[in-house]
Amino acid sequence: MNHSAAEVLAVMAARQLRGVTSLFAGVGIPLLAAALAQKTHAPDLTIVVEGGSIGPEVIPGRLPISTNEMRVAHRARMLPGITDIFLLAQRGFLDVGFVGGAQIDRYGNLNSSLLGPHERPKVRLPGSGGANDIISLCRRVMVVTMHERRRFVPQVDFVTSPGFLGGGDARRKAGLLFGRVSRVVTHLAILDFEEDSKAMRVAALHAGVTVADVRDNTGFELLIPEGIGTTEPPTERELTVLRSLDPDRRFL
Amino acid sequence: MNPGDFVEARRRLEAKPHSAGEKLTTLEAAAGRVRDGDHVAIGGCLFSRTPLGLLREILRQRRRGLTLSRNLMCYEGEWFMAAGAVERVVTSWFGIGLPWGLSRIMREQVESGRVRFEEWSHLALGLRYRAAAAGVPFLPTLTMLGSDLMAAGQAQTMTCPFTGETLCLVPALFPDVALLNVHRADRFGNCQIDGYPHMDVDIAHAATTVLVTAEEIIGDEEIRRHPDRTVIPGIVVDAVVEVPFGSYPHECYGRYEADFSHFDAYVAEITAKGTEAIHAYLARYVYAPRTHQEYLALFGEEARARQARSARELVG
Repeated sequence: MNHSAAEVLAVMAARQLRGVTSLFAGVGIPLLAAALAQKTHAPDLTIVVEGGSIGPEVIPGRLPISTNEMRVAHRARMLPGITDIFLLAQRGFLDVGFVGGAQIDRYGNLNSSLLGPHERPKVRLPGSGGANDIISLCRRVMVVTMHERRRFVPQVDFVTSPGFLGGGDARRKAGLLFGRVSRVVTHLAILDFEEDSKAMRVAALHAGVTVADVRDNTGFELLIPEGIGTTEPPTERELTVLRSLDPDRRFL
Repeated sequence: MNPGDFVEARRRLEAKPHSAGEKLTTLEAAAGRVRDGDHVAIGGCLFSRTPLGLLREILRQRRRGLTLSRNLMCYEGEWFMAAGAVERVVTSWFGIGLPWGLSRIMREQVESGRVRFEEWSHLALGLRYRAAAAGVPFLPTLTMLGSDLMAAGQAQTMTCPFTGETLCLVPALFPDVALLNVHRADRFGNCQIDGYPHMDVDIAHAATTVLVTAEEIIGDEEIRRHPDRTVIPGIVVDAVVEVPFGSYPHECYGRYEADFSHFDAYVAEITAKGTEAIHAYLARYVYAPRTHQEYLALFGEEARARQARSARELVG
């Protein structure tokens, strides 16, 4: 089956959820990936959404636009306040969080705040929302993003959501004891971070993608180990389930 | 008031009445309690339970120099910026919603330096209201550490006296005024909320003055029959106004879904015509309608009925 870049992204993110029981997810591709995982290989997955919803079910064709609207409350099991839902993550109940951002650097730091100088930005972006909290508090965090050179920059203009900060043990030293960015899932590849330096590394390529493609779309030097594997392309089943969730292809 | 000044905040609260008595009033009188330069905290979240009735009336009374705080700020923030009513916004996110891209109005106002954008993480802002609601100067948290958000606000770090670990401290945020739209209230200000609580309870307890619109005013006996459903006590509230569809075209849980077609049209106009479009919008939707009823009439009864049906399908 032919498929779009967004569909590859959703399928690859969903596959990362095997065995995961609780996920902090935003709307758009992350929520679609979560719903796909739930319907295929992660039936025990509880989706938690920052607007205050635990265990909602996605209604096909009525995908939510925000994390705090009725569409995310459909068949939910609990609707706690926003502060309290983040405190669940701070306590350690959330296995995985999905985040994104306008910029990401080699240490997995994300920027969704501004471009240019902090005091007088050239472009003022919407801001953290819960991204900073998810990356600081969930046990494992996966960045889910399109792979573009303007996004993958040597240094983010502003650290909205800390990955490994300056690398090495900088994250731990800043007081961030628990969470870590474990994966970056893009439409070209799966990336992770080298154990000591915490620099970004290619872990697997998607079918039909070359190392040169990934390099061309990354604005910094990636670690590229020998013998990188290739992921299985999206299956017909995965695509069928995914498209049934978003029949109007608003996000796919 | 300085962030974290719990002594001053407590004195302000003690200096005003905490009456369990009658507070039913009009939008004009309620909004009239907001002063130029006040810090106004807005309840709900993004396009959920936004107290648009009160916000419209504050703009109609031409307040100036306000600080607005809200966990996620939607197009009401654009209105206040375009009207020249706000100097500073305190929020974790400002936009209309993912499909509508970056806020053009916010970008113009913030990038030109006319409005200050003070960013906190979503939890950090929630804990700032919660610290204030608890009457303490700050709360410790494990979020925001190591990020540039620490310096953007006034967060501090400290070494935990018990464990030696590094903690982030967020200062209490004591708004002058809180604006809320709730599902039901009695005339004494006891409030019930269905569905998402958002940060409304903390905001109400944190603020000096609390102004509430309710979709429906219910009787004393109804409140007393279900005291477990009261989430904000009347002694916290200063004014209550009955405003059906008080958040429209934003959503109110179980009552009406947000009308995204209105958002589409609003953004399309601004994309096409820029600032001029928002002034035209304010003239039509904020300044011209003298009452909330006249405002609602601009959307038509059919649209409201459709959005109400939609809400019942989703969570009914």
